Amino acid sequence: MKYGYYPGCSLERNAAAYDISTRAVARTLGFELDELDDWNCCGATEYIAINKLAAYSLIGRNLALAQQQFHANGNGHLAADGRAQLIAPCSACFLNLRKADRYLQEDAKLRDTTNEALAAGGLHYDPGTVFVRHLLEMIVNDVGYDEVKRHVTKPLNGLRVASYYGCLLVRPRLGGELSDAEYPTELESLTKTLGAEVVDFPLKTHCCGGHMTQISAEVAYELIRRLLQNATEYRADVIVTICPMCQLNLDAYQTRVNQHFGTNFNLPILYFTQLMGLAFGLEPKTLGFGKEIVSAENALIKIQRSPESAAAPAPSRPRKKKEEGLPMPRMPEDEEVTA
Amino acid sequence: MSDELNLENAEERIGVYICHCGTNIAGTVDVAEVREWAEKRLKSRGVVLARDYKFMCSSLGQELIEKDITENRLTRVVVAACSPHLHENTFRTACKRAGLNPYLCELVSIREQVSWVHTDKHAATDKAKAVLSGGVERVRHHQPLEPLRVPIHPATLVVGGGIAGIQTALEIADAGRRVYLVEREPSIGGHMSQFDKTFPTLDCSACILTPKMVSAGMHPNITLMTWSEVTKVDGYVGNFAVTIKQKARCVKTDLCTGCGICQEKCPKKVIDEVYEAGLGYRKAVYTPFPQAVPKFPVIDKPNCTYFQKGTCKACEKFCPTNAIDFNQQDELITVEVGNIVLATGYDLFDARRIPHYGYGRLANVFTSLEFERLTNAAGPTNGNIVLRDGKTTPKVVGIVHCVGSRDRNYNNYCSAICCMQSLKFAHLVKERTGATVYNFYIDMRTAAKAYDEFYQRVLEEGTLFVRGRVAEVTDAARLPGEEGKLIIQVEDTLAGKQRRIPVDMVVLSAGLQSRHDSKEVAKLFGISCSADAWFIEKHPKLDPVSTMTDGVFIAGCCTGPKDIPNSVSQGAAAAARVLTYIDRGEITLEPVRASINEMKCSGCRICNNLCPFNAILFHADRMVSEVNAALCQGCGTCVAACPAGAISGTGFSNEQIMSQIEGLLLLNLNGAREKELAYA
Amino acid sequence: MSETFEPVIIGFTCNWCSYRAADLAGTARVKYAPNVRLIRMMCSGRLDPTFVMKALSGGADGVLITGCHPGECHYIEQNYKALRRFILLKRTLTQMGIEPGRIKLVWASAAEGVKLAEEISKMVEEVRALGPLNWNGHDQTFEVFETSKVSELEAA
Repeated sequence: MKYGYYPGCSLERNAAAYDISTRAVARTLGFELDELDDWNCCGATEYIAINKLAAYSLIGRNLALAQQQFHANGNGHLAADGRAQLIAPCSACFLNLRKADRYLQEDAKLRDTTNEALAAGGLHYDPGTVFVRHLLEMIVNDVGYDEVKRHVTKPLNGLRVASYYGCLLVRPRLGGELSDAEYPTELESLTKTLGAEVVDFPLKTHCCGGHMTQISAEVAYELIRRLLQNATEYRADVIVTICPMCQLNLDAYQTRVNQHFGTNFNLPILYFTQLMGLAFGLEPKTLGFGKEIVSAENALIKIQRSPESAAAPAPSRPRKKKEEGLPMPRMPEDEEVTA
Repeated sequence: MSDELNLENAEERIGVYICHCGTNIAGTVDVAEVREWAEKRLKSRGVVLARDYKFMCSSLGQELIEKDITENRLTRVVVAACSPHLHENTFRTACKRAGLNPYLCELVSIREQVSWVHTDKHAATDKAKAVLSGGVERVRHHQPLEPLRVPIHPATLVVGGGIAGIQTALEIADAGRRVYLVEREPSIGGHMSQFDKTFPTLDCSACILTPKMVSAGMHPNITLMTWSEVTKVDGYVGNFAVTIKQKARCVKTDLCTGCGICQEKCPKKVIDEVYEAGLGYRKAVYTPFPQAVPKFPVIDKPNCTYFQKGTCKACEKFCPTNAIDFNQQDELITVEVGNIVLATGYDLFDARRIPHYGYGRLANVFTSLEFERLTNAAGPTNGNIVLRDGKTTPKVVGIVHCVGSRDRNYNNYCSAICCMQSLKFAHLVKERTGATVYNFYIDMRTAAKAYDEFYQRVLEEGTLFVRGRVAEVTDAARLPGEEGKLIIQVEDTLAGKQRRIPVDMVVLSAGLQSRHDSKEVAKLFGISCSADAWFIEKHPKLDPVSTMTDGVFIAGCCTGPKDIPNSVSQGAAAAARVLTYIDRGEITLEPVRASINEMKCSGCRICNNLCPFNAILFHADRMVSEVNAALCQGCGTCVAACPAGAISGTGFSNEQIMSQIEGLLLLNLNGAREKELAYA
Repeated sequence: MSETFEPVIIGFTCNWCSYRAADLAGTARVKYAPNVRLIRMMCSGRLDPTFVMKALSGGADGVLITGCHPGECHYIEQNYKALRRFILLKRTLTQMGIEPGRIKLVWASAAEGVKLAEEISKMVEEVRALGPLNWNGHDQTFEVFETSKVSELEAA
C-alpha cells in the first residue's frame, strides 16, 4: 500500500521523534509513505480564524499539490472511491486539511476565490479529490489490529499506558472513521494489541490547551495539570499521544506545571508510533527516544528495553484483589480476555 | 354507443362514490370535478351514476350506496375514499346489506395515496381521476365470492410470563378456556418481580404480583411451560400448531418439592445476569427468587460443575426426593391453539453504549435495574442502598434521566416510565438514607393518574431537580471537593450555566428497548416490527392489541414502553379479543385463493416448488396440479409463474390487474392519457 | 401540459408491507411526487412480468415494484421470487432497448412510509431525466391511435 504523506512543520522539528518512528513503523508494516513535494505549513490552529482567504489558500496549496502529485498519476495512492489518500500524522494538520476540503466542497464562492489565489501559483484544487486521513485511523482501519499483532515481537508487558487523543482528531467530527467522538477506543485497542496494559483515562479527549501557553499560561497550565493528574491517578507509566501539539504541551510544560502547582508529575509523553516500534522490536534510538524532555528511561527499564534494565527487577503482575462487595458489570472487553 | 368495448360488460351498472372525508380529501382534490368527470367520461365503461359525499363511511353515506343498489340496480360499486385497510369492510358490508355480493365492491385510496401526500391541487385531482378509473376497470372483473369459514380452536398460546402475559392467561383461563403460558426463564414474573416498589402508590411489587403468579401457576386451565421457547409456528388463525422447546430442567417436577436444599448445597456460585441484573449471585442449580412459580429449580448446564467437569453431583446427593435427573433431554412439544398472544416484554437499554456515562468503568454508576435490586429487601444488599463496595451509604446521589432515550444517537423515543421510576428512586433514597438527591432531567413527564401528585410530593421532600442532559460522568477531579467523587457535568438550562456536581452514586435511568431477538420472534409468528423493533399494532390507536396477522395479538411492552397499569390493561384487552374469537367459534377469511384450471394445466410442475405453504399437489395420474384451498394463503406467486396461464387468483386475477393498469393509464378511454387529464 | 415532462409511473405494492408503507406515508402527511399510481397485490411474488410490459406499452414511463424486505415476506420468501423476476426482466427490457432505469425494485416495510415516499420522488426524477418512453407511439403530442373512437367519445 502506498500513501501520500504530509508530515507538517512539527514533525520536522520538535516532533521529529514522531516522524522518525512513523517511517520506521511504516517500513515494518510494509506500507509506503510518499512525501508530498514542496509542501507548506497548514496554518496551524489560529490562522483560519484570522484571515480566511489566506488560510484556505495556504491549506489549499497542499491539497492542490496532493491532487497534482497523487491523484492525476496516483498509482497506488488511491482509495477505493478514487480519491487520492493523504496521510497526516499531526491532528492539527489533519483537521485543517480535512476541514478545508469539506468547506471548499460546500461553499462555491470560497472555492472560486481560493482557486483564483492558487492560480497565481499555477495550481488548482478540485475539492473531494483528496482523502485526508489521520495516521492512527489509517493504521487501525487499513492495516488492522491483526496485522499489527503479527509484527509484535517484544510485547510491552506491564507498561501502563494512558491513551490520549486530544480534541482535534475527534472534533468536529468531519469524518466517521473513528468509533466515537466523545469516547473513541481505537488507540486503546491498538495499545492493547502491543501488549501494554491500558488504563482508564477519562480525560482522553479533553483539550491540552493548544497554543494557550503563549496567550494565557495559567489557563494552559490548569488544562495540562488535569490531564497529568488524571493519568497519574490511574497509575499510568506513560501517556501516549497522536498529536505533536499535545505531546509538546504535556512534555515541555510538565516542569512548569510542577512549579506552578507544587506537584511532582513525572510522566513521559510518547507517540503511539514509538510504542509500536518498541513492540516490533526496533531499537529505542531508531524511534526517536531521548528527544523527549521528561525522560522515558523508567518506562523503558520497566519493559526491559533499556541498557539499565538488567538491574531492574522484572515487573510482577499485581495480584488480583479478592472480590468483595457487589460485582462490577461485565464489559465486552472482559469477555474477550477471558474467552 | 357503438363502442365494442362496452358490449362485453354492457349489463354492468357501476356506481361511483367519492368521499370528501371532510376536508381531508376535498381540501386537495376537487371532488366535484372528479365526480363530473367520472359521470361523463366513465359512462362508456359502465358507470351509471357518480356521487360525492362529505363522509362516505358515515351511516348516511352507506345508506346512499344501499339505496342506489336497490333503486338504481347497481351491479358494482367503486368507492374512492381512504385506504382499503380502513374501510373496505365497511363498504362491503353496506353492499351486502343491500343484497349485492360484498366482493363486487372496490375501494380505491384517494386520501392516503393522493390528498394527504400531494399539495398541487390540479395534479392531485388528475391522479384521483386516474386512480378512480383504475378502480372502475378492475371492478368490472370482480367475481361474486363467498368468504372462507374457519373454525377456531378454543385453546390459546400466551408467550411471555411477565405481568401482561400473566394477566392475559388469567383472563382467558377464568373464562373457562385452555391457555398454554410459555416463559423462557425458569419462573414467570418478568421484570415486575425484580422491582421493590411500584410508582406512584409505592405498593410492594412482590405483594401485588405474587398472588397473580400463584393463581396462574395453580389455575386448572393454565398449562405453565417455563424454561421453554417457541421454535415453530404452523397454520393460521383458528388452527395454529405451535412447537415449543421445553429445555431440560434436569429436575423431575413430579418428585421435586421445591425445598431448596439443592441450591443450598450447590458449590458453584454464578453472577445472576438476569434476575439480579448482574448485581447478585445465584447457584448453578437455582430458582431465580424465593417466590418463583413454578417452585422447581433448573440446572444451568454451562455453569454446572457436573456438566462441565463430570464430577460433583452435590445436588443429586442431597436431594431428599431424588428429583435430580442429569439425563433429562430437551423436549419438543406441539400444541394446537386457535389464537396466540405475544407478551414478550422489553430489554433494558445497555448503558455501556454511552461510554461517557462511565457505566462498567466507574464502580458507583448503577443502572436503574441494578438500583431496583439494591432497594429490594430480597436483593443482594437486603434493601440497603450502598455503594459498590457493599457497605458505604452514599451521601449524595445523582439520578440521570433519559439514558439512551430521546437521543438521536441511541433511541429517539421517550421510554415513558423513566421519569416516574426516577422519582420513585429519589423518594426511596431520601427515605432510607437521607442522602441529597439530584435528578437530571430534560422534561418531566408524569402524565397519568396520581403521577404528577407523586412528583409534587418528591419535590416537597427536597429532591433537587436540574434541567439539562448530563454531558459526562467522570472521576477526574478538577476542583476542591471533587476528589474521590463522581462528578456529573451538566448544563443547567434553567440557570443557563455549566455545573459540576460531585456525587457518591450515579443511577442511570436507562430506557426500554425491544427485546434483542424481537425481530426473529416477529418473523416466527409472522408479524411486523417497527424500525425500533417493537411489534407493530394493527392500528396504533384503534386496534392496539391486534396485529396484521389474524389470530396473533400483542400486549405489554413488546409493542413499546409501558408502565404496569398499561401492560395489565393490554393483557386483559388481548384476552378479550381472543375470547371474542373463541366464542364466535369460527372466523371468516378473505377468499383470496389460487385455483388451477385443469384443462389448461400442462403438468409442468413449475408451480409446485414455488408454493411456500406446500398447498399445490400434483396428480401424477392425470398429470395436473391442484391447489389445496385450505392451505393456500393467496400470495399469487404461482399465478404469476404459470407458463400456461392455467392458475388464476381470486381477487387478484390477471384480468383484474391488467384492466386496472389500463384504467390507471386511461387506456380505457382510448389511450388519450394525458389529454384526458390536462387541466386546460 | 406544462413544459416540463411529467412522467407516469405505475407502482406495484404488496398488501402487507409496501402498500401499508404508502398508507403510512399518507397518515404521516409525507409529501411525494404525484406521478406514481399504485396497484395493490397480495404479494410482490404475484408480479407477472407481463404486468410490467403492459404498463410500459400502455403509456407508463416507468414501473416501480415494491415488496417486503428480504426475510420479512408475509408469505415467507415470495419476495425473493419477485427479485429473481425483476433481475431477469431488467435484462429483457434492456435487450428491447428500454433503459433499465425505468424499472425499479424497492423494499419497504410497513414502517417505512418516509423511505417509500423518498424512493418514489427519486424515481420520478430519474425517469423524468430519461424522458418519455414513447413506446408504441404514446408521447406528448397525443398521437392517439383509433382517433375516430376518441371523437365519438367526445361527442358522447
